[in-house]
Amino acid sequence: MTHLSPAQVRHIAKLARLEISDDEIETYAKNLTAILGYIDQLQEVDTSGVEPTAQVTGAANMLRSDALCSEKIAPESLLGCSALPIIDDQIETPSAHG
Amino acid sequence: MLHTLTITQAHEKLKKKEISAQELVRACIKRTEEVDKSLNAIVHRSFDRALEEAKKIDDQGVSDHPLSAIPYFAKDVYCEEGVATTACSNILREKNYIPPFDSTTTKRLKAAGAISLGKTNTDEFTMGASTETSCYGVTKNPWDTSRVAGGSSGGSAAAVAADEGFFALATDTGGSIRQPAGYCGVAGIRTTYGRTSRYGVMSMASSLDTIGPICKNVEDLAIVLETIAGKDPMDGTTGDEPVPNYRSMLTKDVKGLKIGIPKEYFIDGMNAEVEGAVREAAKVLQSLGATMQEISLPHTKYATPCYYVLCPCEVSSNMARYDGVRYGHTVKDPADLLDYYVRVRSEGFGPEVKRRIMIGTYALSAGYFDAYYRQAQKVRTLIKQDFTEAFTKVDVILSPVSPTPAFKVGAHENDPIAMYLEDVFLDGQVMAGIPALSVNCGFSKSVTPSSVEGLPIGLQLMGPQWGEGVILRAAYAYEQATVWHTKRPAIA
Repeated sequence: MTHLSPAQVRHIAKLARLEISDDEIETYAKNLTAILGYIDQLQEVDTSGVEPTAQVTGAANMLRSDALCSEKIAPESLLGCSALPIIDDQIETPSAHG
Repeated sequence: MLHTLTITQAHEKLKKKEISAQELVRACIKRTEEVDKSLNAIVHRSFDRALEEAKKIDDQGVSDHPLSAIPYFAKDVYCEEGVATTACSNILREKNYIPPFDSTTTKRLKAAGAISLGKTNTDEFTMGASTETSCYGVTKNPWDTSRVAGGSSGGSAAAVAADEGFFALATDTGGSIRQPAGYCGVAGIRTTYGRTSRYGVMSMASSLDTIGPICKNVEDLAIVLETIAGKDPMDGTTGDEPVPNYRSMLTKDVKGLKIGIPKEYFIDGMNAEVEGAVREAAKVLQSLGATMQEISLPHTKYATPCYYVLCPCEVSSNMARYDGVRYGHTVKDPADLLDYYVRVRSEGFGPEVKRRIMIGTYALSAGYFDAYYRQAQKVRTLIKQDFTEAFTKVDVILSPVSPTPAFKVGAHENDPIAMYLEDVFLDGQVMAGIPALSVNCGFSKSVTPSSVEGLPIGLQLMGPQWGEGVILRAAYAYEQATVWHTKRPAIA
């Protein structure tokens, strides 16, 4: 059975852009290990020769014309949803380089 | 007592000018103010706006559409222009995200004249089975306020059971319409994947999410469903299949209808009253002319583990958009962009959302993808084949919604697996993309001596893909032959 250590949980959290506090790390490690143990039962199913299902109703390549949506939403109302500063119709984020 | 009417009854009174749209809206507002303090089903109220809409309708006259002037609530994941929509998450709550656009479903309801009263409580981003992961706190069950209303659409189910609105929009990814509808004694339908548009509804797991209503009875379900269903250019997964006039299919006639009872859905540890009520419901349908046969869905036990691979994988991808840049929570003085993302997300998301993001991140990472995600997609194929095979023999499949009635608030605290097992009869249909509905089929008296009626028990009816009509027909015939759907809780 898969067992996740606190160090592994920290690594996964980092990949997911999350930070888990020292107080919580043991609980997360325990819970995530339990969940992996539960889903591990899928391994006992013989799926040789079985195709995976991604789209359940069989829909494929649903195309539409490459046209502007008639009810376009005003850029300022979209920008207004951001909590960050707006400069020249753009959102100013913190620097990627510190 | 206008709030206690059904949609059809209210429409008749409106057309005859016995009541006005404003009176109807005021009745729902008054009822909500009376009972919601003890239930916590409603998280955002747009009452002033609803009264304005009602006045407009009164000035122009009610249309022939049965939803004209009918007040409703939507789950807190349906975007509505100008109305706070926060997925009951701190990541959107702080700045109270106000969408600048409408979901296709709320837009279609608006076009029909239905009046939105606001938003209902849900587990955070619909992740849960009890509304206990909501940042606004749990919704209580109207039949027993020490118990949960179910989830994730617990607010929608409780609001309808308590007559706060005439119906409520909800979502069902892994049982989130059927389980709370069952726990609250109201009717709810999960549609075929792609029967209803997901556009403008905050995504949890995009290959599994469906849009549907919770109503007071099956006739009302048919009315709302035929209004909201159908192809939408804004959601490429909606199907071309024509939307039937579901109301015309409610004939009370089930003669010759072949109903299958899957032996895997009657398990050890199941509440005896639940099993008794569901088997009794089968007898009622039989007495109306349907035939019963035992069937087998051999991969049933793998549906919930399969769900808890595919869902978190899709969650980890969908939740990536909540980074504090375009909307939602923000933090002060970050060291750099990475620090900003990490702090926004760690402060904004609750524990269940974090668990699913991390399980998904792990299962999709290099070296694990085939063992988890690919294997789950293959098991999904086998589960789907079980149903395809079964529907060559029967028209409808009948089962319980949940193994027990509503559980106590806090009963599954710190035990994610116990909460996941709430979905045990509700994930197979998700994997197969088929429609399924929940209606009340009786009450359990043993677990709740404090309540006169007891706790509602949900009956689940499943149909083949695009077969909403046949399960609505069977459920309507059942309702007309029984009294359960007329029962309402006495709320203190």
